[in-house]
Amino acid sequence: MLEITDLVHSYGSHRVLDGVSIRAAEGELVCVVGPSGCGKSTLLRSVAGLIRPTGGRVLIDGRPVERIPDNLAVVFQDYSRSLYPWMTAANNVALPLRRRGLDRRRRREAAMAALDQVGLADAAEKYPWEMSGGMQQRVSIARALAYRPSLLLMDEPFGSVDAQTREDLEDLVLRVCAHHGMTTLLITHDIDESVYVGDRVIVLTRSPTRVAADLPVDLGRSRDQIATRQLGAFVRLRAEVGRLVRGGSPTPTVLEKH
Amino acid sequence: MNAIRAVGRLWLVPVTLVAWEIATRVAEQPFFPPPSATLVRMGEMWLSGPPSRLLLTEQAMSDFGPSLARLFAGWALAAVIGVAAGVAIGCSTRLSDYLDPLIHLGRAVPPPLLVPFFLALLKLGTPAQLATIVFGIIWPILVNTIDGARTVDRQHLETARIFGFSTVQRLTRVIVPAAMPKIFAGLRLALSLALILLIVAEIFAGSGGLGYRLLSAQRTYLYADMWGCLVVLGLLGYLLNSAFLLLERRVLAWHRNARQTT
Repeated sequence: MLEITDLVHSYGSHRVLDGVSIRAAEGELVCVVGPSGCGKSTLLRSVAGLIRPTGGRVLIDGRPVERIPDNLAVVFQDYSRSLYPWMTAANNVALPLRRRGLDRRRRREAAMAALDQVGLADAAEKYPWEMSGGMQQRVSIARALAYRPSLLLMDEPFGSVDAQTREDLEDLVLRVCAHHGMTTLLITHDIDESVYVGDRVIVLTRSPTRVAADLPVDLGRSRDQIATRQLGAFVRLRAEVGRLVRGGSPTPTVLEKH
Repeated sequence: MNAIRAVGRLWLVPVTLVAWEIATRVAEQPFFPPPSATLVRMGEMWLSGPPSRLLLTEQAMSDFGPSLARLFAGWALAAVIGVAAGVAIGCSTRLSDYLDPLIHLGRAVPPPLLVPFFLALLKLGTPAQLATIVFGIIWPILVNTIDGARTVDRQHLETARIFGFSTVQRLTRVIVPAAMPKIFAGLRLALSLALILLIVAEIFAGSGGLGYRLLSAQRTYLYADMWGCLVVLGLLGYLLNSAFLLLERRVLAWHRNARQTT
């Protein structure tokens, strides 16, 4: 579904991405984790078509990304700058749906349904500044859901909320992505989170960035904040990802298991 | 409690008025009529009409009517042109590269200097007066709108790109609302400037209206009339500003609240 091949990007003489290749199958939730400043955001912006990479290829459903694809949505880390503060939650969610050719009433219905899915049916008429950070990020997720993309990109979506909210949002993303069968690329610097949320974890190296490892997560689709994190497989995988993020080399034993 | 405090702060007004009254009565200068005499003349001039017209006299109609019409027409015209041009220039680096120097030049020209030019170019009366007002007050609107449109948050624009907003949507739903706080700052400055330029224009370029009344009262030594005009202009400026603040508070509620909470 998503094919990133040998992606290279440089800012002037500074090479950020040095041949990154990632594949995601239809409906897969792929977490990309890497050390701070390793070009994760550059990667996401190239996939979204917001910047034109220096080299390499990004294919979505076999078509190269040249402009911003119309079947793609993004949830940014900084929800306070991503939602429009002059619009209510419902209008923030409904606005992109004009492109889907829906009339006013249908847009409104779709927005309400999406807000309901993220548990914010009662907050439809609230403005972003009347909501907590977690609620704003839910609105941002609802906006992406209502848009019905086939590819969802998330750029450290839980990076600016407290721990409790973060766990709620992780479970929310797991639930809605499975429900809609969306292919999702989630970028994070949180090792624990990447293993908990992902079907697969891609570990990036330091800049200039390459793929250090591509690890399948054999934890099943249904996950639980307490039980899943106690599993031996989870603990082993988390340790492995942690080692790789810190620049270690892959441990053969862990990889053999998968 | 707040009301009492607000009244408490106003004590300086009557004290000043009384002091002025005493000083002018003692001095007996014809240039400085006592406030009471000015007030009586204002009543005679403007508020001794029939109750059916809210006591407004014929003279009140001919003084205020054309002046207010010019003021609002000029302000509205400047707002439309200023905001439209400002958004266009703010969104296009090429346009702003070309036009920035011209704008700063135009802004630096003292608007009253252009009255003779507009008089030569346009008809005496309303056209020349409107041109003077619009040219004089458009700059704060234009400059503020350009700044507002140029400094829209990058992520607001990227969100619009990701979700494929049309050009119209991008302008009306993202750029203009984002620039609105700055546009309103410009509009408010322009409103107070408009009153000044209205009087300038009426003194130099026409007949009728408050500015003309002020000038003819001064020329015919009717100093109480002249002071009456000054007082009513002061009140008008104060009222316009208060009304505008009320409007701004409604339209920009999101802005005030967003700033308080983040």
